[in-house]
Amino acid sequence: MSQYLTTIGLEFHAELKTKTKIFCSCPTDFAGDANTHICPVCLGLPGVLPVLNRHAVELAAKAGMALNCEVSKFSKFDRKNYFYPDLPKGYQVTQYPLPICRNGWLMVKDEDGNDKKIRINRIHMEEDAGKLVHSGSNISDSSYSLPDYNRAAVPLIEIVTEPDMSSAEEAKNFGETLRLMLAYADISDVKMEQGSLRCDVNISIRPQGQDELGVKVEIKNLNSFRAVYRAIVYEEMRQKSLIDNGIPIVQETRLWDDAAGETRPMRSKEDAHDYRYFPEPDLPPIIIDDQWMAEIAASMPEMPDAKRKRLTEELGLSDYDAGQLIANPPLAHFFDALYAEYPEAKIAANWILGDIAKLMNSTEKEYNVVPLSASELAFLLKEIKKGSINNNSAKTVLEEMFDSDKKAADIIAEHGFSQISDTSVLDSAVAKIIEANPKPVADYKAGKQAAIGFLVGQVMKETKGQANPGMVKELLEKALN
Amino acid sequence: MTITDMSLKDMAIGLEEKQFSSQEATQEHLERIEKLNPQLGAYISVTAKEALAAAEASDKRRANKESKGPLDGIPMALKDIISTNGIATTCASRMLENYTPPYNSTCWQHLEDAGAVLLGKLNMDEFAMGSSTETSYFGVCHNPFDLDYVPGGSSGGSAVAVAADMAAYTLGTDTGGSIRQPAHFCGVVGIKPTYGRVSRFGVIPYASSLDQVGVLAKTCADAGTVLGAISGKDKMDSTSAPEPIPDYAAACTKGVKGLRIGIAKEFCAAGIEDAILAELKRAVEILEREGAVVEDISLPHTEYALPAYYVLASAEASSNLARYDGVRYGLRIPADNLHDMMIATRSAGFGPEVKRRIMLGTYALSSGYYDAYYNKTLQVRTLIKQDYDQIFASGFDCILTPPAPSAAFRIGENTDDPLTMYMQDVCTVPVNLAGLPAMVVPMGLNAEGLPIGIQLIGAPFGEEKLFAAGAAIEGPRIIPPLDI
Repeated sequence: MSQYLTTIGLEFHAELKTKTKIFCSCPTDFAGDANTHICPVCLGLPGVLPVLNRHAVELAAKAGMALNCEVSKFSKFDRKNYFYPDLPKGYQVTQYPLPICRNGWLMVKDEDGNDKKIRINRIHMEEDAGKLVHSGSNISDSSYSLPDYNRAAVPLIEIVTEPDMSSAEEAKNFGETLRLMLAYADISDVKMEQGSLRCDVNISIRPQGQDELGVKVEIKNLNSFRAVYRAIVYEEMRQKSLIDNGIPIVQETRLWDDAAGETRPMRSKEDAHDYRYFPEPDLPPIIIDDQWMAEIAASMPEMPDAKRKRLTEELGLSDYDAGQLIANPPLAHFFDALYAEYPEAKIAANWILGDIAKLMNSTEKEYNVVPLSASELAFLLKEIKKGSINNNSAKTVLEEMFDSDKKAADIIAEHGFSQISDTSVLDSAVAKIIEANPKPVADYKAGKQAAIGFLVGQVMKETKGQANPGMVKELLEKALN
Repeated sequence: MTITDMSLKDMAIGLEEKQFSSQEATQEHLERIEKLNPQLGAYISVTAKEALAAAEASDKRRANKESKGPLDGIPMALKDIISTNGIATTCASRMLENYTPPYNSTCWQHLEDAGAVLLGKLNMDEFAMGSSTETSYFGVCHNPFDLDYVPGGSSGGSAVAVAADMAAYTLGTDTGGSIRQPAHFCGVVGIKPTYGRVSRFGVIPYASSLDQVGVLAKTCADAGTVLGAISGKDKMDSTSAPEPIPDYAAACTKGVKGLRIGIAKEFCAAGIEDAILAELKRAVEILEREGAVVEDISLPHTEYALPAYYVLASAEASSNLARYDGVRYGLRIPADNLHDMMIATRSAGFGPEVKRRIMLGTYALSSGYYDAYYNKTLQVRTLIKQDYDQIFASGFDCILTPPAPSAAFRIGENTDDPLTMYMQDVCTVPVNLAGLPAMVVPMGLNAEGLPIGIQLIGAPFGEEKLFAAGAAIEGPRIIPPLDI
């Protein structure tokens, strides 16, 4: 690509985590049977009117705060008019000239690993459309299509960047950073596979030295940031080869086919709608006064930068550990919960980044939260500290806790994992092993320090692994010196 | 005197004093509808069974001393644009011929809660687009003073039902004059309150920023009683207003002493029928005699209101009527694919006037034309509103104007000439653009025996003063010479 420059802008749609839809009180959970979470309002029956969900406004404002935007004290809704069967009113209520947030940015790593500021043009609120279930593979080759309006009027934000990215790597990094910020702001589930976060790419290429941007192509149907990356790389090659062969690039929307690893034409500019935007007369403007703005700002959760600072400077975690935790919001949240009850940061982090991370990765399931009680894990770690269970047994307990609702104490009891720290019990085991192993005893006494390890192992074996190894070592040393 | 002749007030007294029952009142109205509706075309549907059941329930309440007040048991009717749970609501369109709402509009809910007896749903121009009730899919509505004349529109059925004693009162909607011009044509009282006074929830929209529900009644006091019952903030309508609801019927007895009333010269320009100007003069004389101060005023941007209204209303309508696509409810004309189905459905479902306005509005909002049309109308709207703000800020209580350029016109007279038809609204649309309350009060008959009314325009939420002034100029009811 050296003789061409790539210009990329991204558009995201994120479903806001409200309990109810944006203009009515239907639940936003659209997983149920088709057309069960609908009412006259979200079905767009004649005469209904929208009433704005305040919580949706708060979440959209929080998204803006998380992405360094200016949150508008005055914004308003508009209608975007087009016909499609999944759109109950024949228009989508959205925000056009006066969106709720403007002028944001995020710092991301560019291809060379340097920080680069990517600007965010705007964030606006809008309602989602319903979903069509086709009898065939799409609407034109189906004998029928059935609309499901459960998703209609679920609140969305659309986030639009400036065309500030110049490579697939940067775009992917931006997307991942943005997803992380939205996850920390706790405004959306941000799951690309399930569509609660969607990303479209706008891309053009132009020869080095040319100021004017090339013809823009939009890519849709990107279900992961890996797909974003691959689609951009593919599109750079496709456009380059067109230019090299003197074929003009058409301004169009293309669909990414993940299985085939290619983009395909969807619609050209000639098919572009004239959306006839105009102010939504059924909704008054959104006015966020100083008090409401302050309340929203106060409700912002700790964001990654502040968290990193706290974990390293206050809790003494390494940059690496803090980074690992922060990159995985469920683990980071679990860390905070665990630390509140077991305030030894390093040990807590090690368990979370080690065993718990492994358990989370080992299943097909995708977790929003760690499926463990932080209190129960804190109990287990305290038991280790007291010496009443050893590390290996504790790992077994953890695994069982992960897969069941059992309490740590019950699992320990079931397995008889309670560690022997009773010196009277251990003394007799130590005496027995010293007697049975004259050679290692002699070696140790002759100065071969390593022999003690063998003897500890033998005592552990004798006690079926339940002895406290630290105490065994101490007792052996005492007996032999 | 029969029950149907009575005002709402007298009917309520009759019920309270057990001179007759709600069932008797309802039955009399139903019989009159049965006799008159074939020639008048005021009702699209008559809900006789439901009405009698509601009347029976009302009589029981009254017998148990649980009456809900002055509207309990009173037979009335709704413009067929107001959603009624379980009762077809057609908007006088083929598009919604088979549509029955599963929910109640707020204004009807208020009345139902007050014990109202719904006789049926009233004829109108299709989707409230028209000034003559000739665009209804269910047939033309006739003026009871002369069956060859239109009753006005779009709430023609609502005005005729009241004028011909086929309902004690009715609700209509007014986007550009649709309550006031029919009230004028049919000799009844019609009030369009301040935008936001009455919830629009469940009222099928024509132009959302202009639409407002109002009342047509036999007297100002009746209209006041009903308006009070349907007004108020509705959590289902974000544009509804929280202002307190005064006793509008009581306002009718307050008199006009000390009221400052303006006469706008822009409304009395050439082209207004002499009989209307004569009634306007008579109204001024009555008001002055009763102690009001009447002065000439100027509303300089009045001439721009009509074109601005037609651009704005059509723009909003083009969007509001997009939902009628054959997918979810209403008419569907089957076709080979989605696109053709939508086109076939909308081509067959809408009449020519509706299509004309959808096209006008679509054009006005199109990229490249938006600034020249839609945006310009918003500027005009602001200027018009400022005209009125200044008048009311300078101490005027209301403005007296003609309600339309003429009395009722003949059926078919303007149907081939949309522009002349649109001119009907020249005196009424500025009020909707400014969001103000306005009332039409019947004054008398012209030489052809057709009613003449006078329009009173008030400040925002200044309905009380309209009722005071309206009641002052209101004469005895004008009764249509129906031969039955």
